[in-house]
Amino acid sequence: MSTVELPLLGRPGTAGVPTADGPQNRKEYTSDQEVRWCPGCGDYAVLAAVQGFLPDLGLRRENIVFVSGIGCSSRFPYYLDTYGMHSIHGRAPAIATGIATAREELSVWVVTGDGDALSIGGNHLIHSLRRNVNMTILLFNNRIYGLTKGQYSPTSEIGKVTKSTPMGSLDQPFNPVSLALGAEATFVARTVDSDRKHLTEVLAAAAAHRGTSLVEIYQNCPIFNDGAFDALKGAKDSEAANAIIPLRHGEPIRFGVPGEDGLGTKGVARDRETGEIRVVDLGSAEGWSEADLVVHDAHAADPTTAFALSRLTDAGYLHQAPIGIFRQVERPTYDDQARAQLVTAAAANGSEQPLDKSSALAGLLHGGDTWTVV
Amino acid sequence: MVKQVKQLDRVTIRFAGDSGDGMQLTGDRFTQETASFGNDLSTLPNFPAEIRAPAGTLPGVSSFQVHFADHDILTPGDQPDVLVAMNPAALKANVGDLAKGAAVIVDTHDFTARNLAKAGYGHNPLEADDLDEYAVHPVDLTGMTVEAVKDFGLSRKDAARAKNMFALGLLSWMYGRPTETTTAFLERRFAKAAQVRDANIAAFRAGWNFGETTEAFVVQYEIKPAPMVPGTYRNITGNMALSYGLVAASVQSDLPLFLGSYPITPASDILHELSRHKRFGVTTFQAEDEIAGIGAALGASFSGALGVTTTSGPGVALKSETIGLAVMTELPLIVIDVQRGGPSTGLPTKTEQADLLQAMFGRNGEAPVPIVAPQSPADCFDAAVEAVRIAVTYRTPVMLLSDGYLANGSEPWHIPEVADLPRIDADFATEPNHVAPGTGKAAGKDTREFWPFLRDEETLARPWAIPGTPGLEHRIGGLEKGDGHGNISYDPANHDLMVRTRQAKVDRIADTLPPLEVDDPSGKARVLALGWGSTYGPIGAACRQVRGAGFDVAQAHLRHLNPFPADLGDLLRRYEAVLVPEMNLGQLSLLLRAEYLVDVVGYNQVRGLPLRAAELAEAITGLIESTTHPASNGATRGARQEVTS
Ligand SMILES: Cc1ncc(C[n+]2csc(CCOP(=O)(O)OP(=O)(O)O)c2C)c(N)n1
Ligand code: SF4
Ligand SMILES: [Mg+2]
Repeated sequence: MSTVELPLLGRPGTAGVPTADGPQNRKEYTSDQEVRWCPGCGDYAVLAAVQGFLPDLGLRRENIVFVSGIGCSSRFPYYLDTYGMHSIHGRAPAIATGIATAREELSVWVVTGDGDALSIGGNHLIHSLRRNVNMTILLFNNRIYGLTKGQYSPTSEIGKVTKSTPMGSLDQPFNPVSLALGAEATFVARTVDSDRKHLTEVLAAAAAHRGTSLVEIYQNCPIFNDGAFDALKGAKDSEAANAIIPLRHGEPIRFGVPGEDGLGTKGVARDRETGEIRVVDLGSAEGWSEADLVVHDAHAADPTTAFALSRLTDAGYLHQAPIGIFRQVERPTYDDQARAQLVTAAAANGSEQPLDKSSALAGLLHGGDTWTVV
Repeated sequence: MVKQVKQLDRVTIRFAGDSGDGMQLTGDRFTQETASFGNDLSTLPNFPAEIRAPAGTLPGVSSFQVHFADHDILTPGDQPDVLVAMNPAALKANVGDLAKGAAVIVDTHDFTARNLAKAGYGHNPLEADDLDEYAVHPVDLTGMTVEAVKDFGLSRKDAARAKNMFALGLLSWMYGRPTETTTAFLERRFAKAAQVRDANIAAFRAGWNFGETTEAFVVQYEIKPAPMVPGTYRNITGNMALSYGLVAASVQSDLPLFLGSYPITPASDILHELSRHKRFGVTTFQAEDEIAGIGAALGASFSGALGVTTTSGPGVALKSETIGLAVMTELPLIVIDVQRGGPSTGLPTKTEQADLLQAMFGRNGEAPVPIVAPQSPADCFDAAVEAVRIAVTYRTPVMLLSDGYLANGSEPWHIPEVADLPRIDADFATEPNHVAPGTGKAAGKDTREFWPFLRDEETLARPWAIPGTPGLEHRIGGLEKGDGHGNISYDPANHDLMVRTRQAKVDRIADTLPPLEVDDPSGKARVLALGWGSTYGPIGAACRQVRGAGFDVAQAHLRHLNPFPADLGDLLRRYEAVLVPEMNLGQLSLLLRAEYLVDVVGYNQVRGLPLRAAELAEAITGLIESTTHPASNGATRGARQEVTS
């Protein structure tokens, strides 16, 4: 596939955002507000990771904006000493689109939940992704409505028994990564609240990406959906090793309990007959070897393989899920192009001088057929 | 042959045809000619919601009415004096609106059995006595057009399409309109299609020449230019004036304009128009839905732009929650509602004023929003500038209520000088505004902080601190915030205070409003006609008729619906009776009664069309007479009083 060389391509996500004069620390990013999540909530870990990461990003603090919707996770902006808006349910991507388009020199972040982003705000999410507005969306997926006290969410597994579904939920859940890939997203990643290192790496990659970065964060809600991600969390080591499928660009996708060579005994390969992507046991009677494994290409222009990988995620209770960056491709962003149109239009008067708006306004008002009464 | 020339002081012409016949363009061109001739004028386009309803049927009829005069006029006219009907359906749909003796020019070409049946005629009205009350001019417009353009090598069908220009030529001759602007327009419009251009110009000239030579038309009319205040004028529609007002307010406030919008009739033309002015730094964002449109606009406002969203009633319903967020976060935001017939999808292309209460109250919680309304197409410019002044000065969403008639109707606009436009000062916060005395170990060491909800004493506006300003980092949102510091607060007394403060802030806008202007030439009126929005023209015209008949009546019109001007209560109480004409079932009446306990009388119509001045004049006269003899009317006074129409 050929790509068009556009001057805007290849600029990191924070190009245009002024950088800090000197080193910053976590304390500067911590607001004076008392954090009010339930004890043990996964949101704490993500907050800590973000507060730890932002100083490393090295941007001027006043040029960072966090926008959230409504939900437990959406309280996030109150705890960061940056600019922030705790908006209304589901609408944060729309509000952030306005901010990011109006001001290139801001680093814009959206914090949202599975209900916020995928139920009431589903429309804004998919359209932000296809437009590729330069912002990073942190989707806290606890597979439940936390703030409203435990109803099932659009990521809950079928049969989920909650207050609103005493006989079990009926609807097929969304897989947020599949959804994002289907919505033409240019950056899609998944990480886990408890893995600080992985979380931070993914945040760094997401911030560096120019365009909409969607980061799904598996987040435990100990009150209403405790243990939803236990299989991934090394409660029992072998279980976690078999559950997490790490995606690293350029490497064969291999995981599972280590074998004699110290490497995972499972991998992801294409079925020899159907060509479908599936998990295989290395050294099993089927005769799979390292050479058969799919080498992860996050930059593939075609999202098909990334989508196939996303389908390795359990839709029911989670026993297996790929983690990492599924896709990262470059495409001009909506906001860069919208601003470029303003520049083009202003330059169209041919003069090198910046437009004198007052005289241009007089020209506009006097345009068309006019007549003068004396 | 020698033609007679008759002097007239005013004429109303309606062009009517199939949606595909180009009636809007014809009307528009006639209007431009009339404007450049120097008459005062007012127009009323009327078209179906369907893009192309089945040809030849009643639902497919599209019309354009223009009223022009040698004096200043206020409405597009109640009853046309001339109807141009391009087919049987156009005749049938419009003939009922005509004044007795009106001239009816029909294109006989289309009066075939088939077309008559499509229009629901069981017979040919041109051959029966249906039109006896009118001066009918049957003309084969299509046939003559095809003949006139036969040298240009167009198909018969394409040739016939120029018939609207033939009709325009004929009417231009009848009323002595200048033709240069139309010829120049056709040259521009069809620059890339020489055949079509030449055919249209030829048809236009042929129409003119036909008038000059035929014996079918013996009278030419002359309507002298109207005296107007010296200055430069152009003809302008409400949507265009509104768009220009927004651009002007952006320039005058040095705030880049950000429009977030989702297409909806009759507001879309504002989106289209603003999209053409990017050189002024105008960003237009066509959002995925109404909510995203206003959301992005609010985000832009938070980041220091002039956020605007444009829509019609159904869109306002969807935006309500975000308007509430703007009330709560106290950010400037302009919400433009170009009202149309409702409820629900209602009458998308027709006009109505039934969103006043939605604008006023259509949100959860105590969420006061200032409301301004333009009174005529050209006035949309000033109303937009005023909305921005209020939004920026008071850090509040402002609702601007236009309507379908204002949006598409047009009138001459006295173009303002840029130097005379008001400056609007965004006055961004740049410094911390609060000193926190140190406590404990830090005693004696003050720290300077930024409190996002510390208010200006005069306006009660909070500071607008935009991202990128060091030291002013802060969080805002939809949760209730503590007075001053703005942190989340669930304290009962604080909530009570904040609710009252947000209301008081909006109420204070009244301090900056000019006194109401009352038009009462004799100074003896005992009845006041009070309106808002696009009913200004019909009310004004009705009052003139009433005065012409020897009665006294006063007229006042509200630009501001929330808050009301400070002197409104006194004004209402000065009159024995107050008539409130509205294109709804009494929404302003309800607000006035609630606010001032004054027993106003409603005059209410919801026909999807502007009020008719003559009918309104009768209602006013009736009220004047009953006030003079109160006994005769005593029985009808009381709650929800209404003069029926
Ligand atoms: C318009 C509207 N409808 C409903 C709600 C109630 N509500 C608040 S948060 C929420 C769901 C939150 O779930 P999620 O986004 O998963 O966030 P979590 O609390 O789990 O972090 C709902 C339904 C609301 N605030 N606004
Ligand atoms: S309810 Fe769940 S998600 Fe919400 S704060 Fe408590 S633990 Fe966290
Ligand atoms: Mg949730």
